[in-house]
Amino acid sequence: MNNFQFHTALNTSSAKEVFSSNENAKFLSGGMTLLPSMKHGLIQPEHLIDLCKIPNLNQIRDSQEYLIIGATTKHDTVANSDIVKSSIPGLAMLASLIGDPQVRARGTIGGSLANNDPAADYPSGALALKAQIVTDRREISADDFFTGFYSTALEEDEIITEIKFAKPVKSVYEKCKQSASGYALAGVFIAVYPNNEIRVAVTGVGAGVFRWKEAEVAFLASGTKPVLDRDDLISDLHAPSAYRVNMAQVLFNKAASKIKNN
Amino acid sequence: MQIKVNGQSHDLAVQDNALLIEVIRDQLQLTGTHNGCDTTQCGCCTVLMNETAVKSCTILAKQAEGASIQTIEGLAKDQLHPVQQAFSEEHGLQCGYCTPGMIMSTVYLLQRHPDPTDEQIKEGLAGNICRCTGYVNIIKAVKSAAKKIQDATI
Repeated sequence: MNNFQFHTALNTSSAKEVFSSNENAKFLSGGMTLLPSMKHGLIQPEHLIDLCKIPNLNQIRDSQEYLIIGATTKHDTVANSDIVKSSIPGLAMLASLIGDPQVRARGTIGGSLANNDPAADYPSGALALKAQIVTDRREISADDFFTGFYSTALEEDEIITEIKFAKPVKSVYEKCKQSASGYALAGVFIAVYPNNEIRVAVTGVGAGVFRWKEAEVAFLASGTKPVLDRDDLISDLHAPSAYRVNMAQVLFNKAASKIKNN
Repeated sequence: MQIKVNGQSHDLAVQDNALLIEVIRDQLQLTGTHNGCDTTQCGCCTVLMNETAVKSCTILAKQAEGASIQTIEGLAKDQLHPVQQAFSEEHGLQCGYCTPGMIMSTVYLLQRHPDPTDEQIKEGLAGNICRCTGYVNIIKAVKSAAKKIQDATI
């Protein structure tokens, strides 16, 4: 790895100050993507600002309407949280399917969302669950947050502080795991809200997470197989796009029948 | 920086870009923790950090400042730890390169699931790769270790 200076931030304002007073700085959360990217020389920051020692950024709490998860909360904490399991079981399931135990012990929800890997799990949960991404300066709706391949609406020096998930009536996440990396070859999150509001979000299939509108319609008109046709489908050595599309349809059916049978 | 390893406190001068595994192996000379893939896949470098299994090749030493680390060297007291004993008896290894990581992940798994099912063992060791033995004897070893620990606490 290249040389860099390591900074420990104790609050978001000092983190931003270090960021703005140095060239080529990066925020560090769990480091499960950032550190491997640095080892490969894909990025070579000169300053790393660790956010994980900022107090209260790793809390999980329940309000009437929202489940609120702090940005530096580890995947394993979300997967095993009684609050998450009881209010949004699909989200606890999603967290339990990320990577492997050691990765879940370090990776964070804020890091995953800020990175917006097209095959990451959390973006699909955030999009289906009408999340509000809370930062040091504003709230961004998940509908506006994910802007494509590894890109988000975050400003360069903007820090996610917490994520507010709108509590659904029902939620299920189904995933086909790439067995070496643990990333999703396809992942489908279904959230059901009152008045037949259905939100289906898909990861691992397109260049970024997306709402699958045809599936939302098909969920209510049971028996129909939703079409998935996009011009940004992923095709790589792990799986061609036709396989991923087919898996998304299979996973959607699985998730839908779980919701309907419970 | 301050770090506790196997119960012993250390005050070390550490490079900002040093990985935890480099401090463990090169500075503290605890070479039982192995560096396999260096890409967060194989789990050979697994240690316990504040009682949680983590891959020490993908943590900066500075991120572990103030933490309590346990490595394979810290397990045996007067005799082998039950998990080490079980891996030996059940022949849960061949070349042994992955074994320190397998054992540290098993210790972590058994803290959470003292009597694990096959599924829980597979899931608990999903972050550790063995390229020679296959996993049958490793699963046997984990079950045997669980029994040893339970018998010892009765």
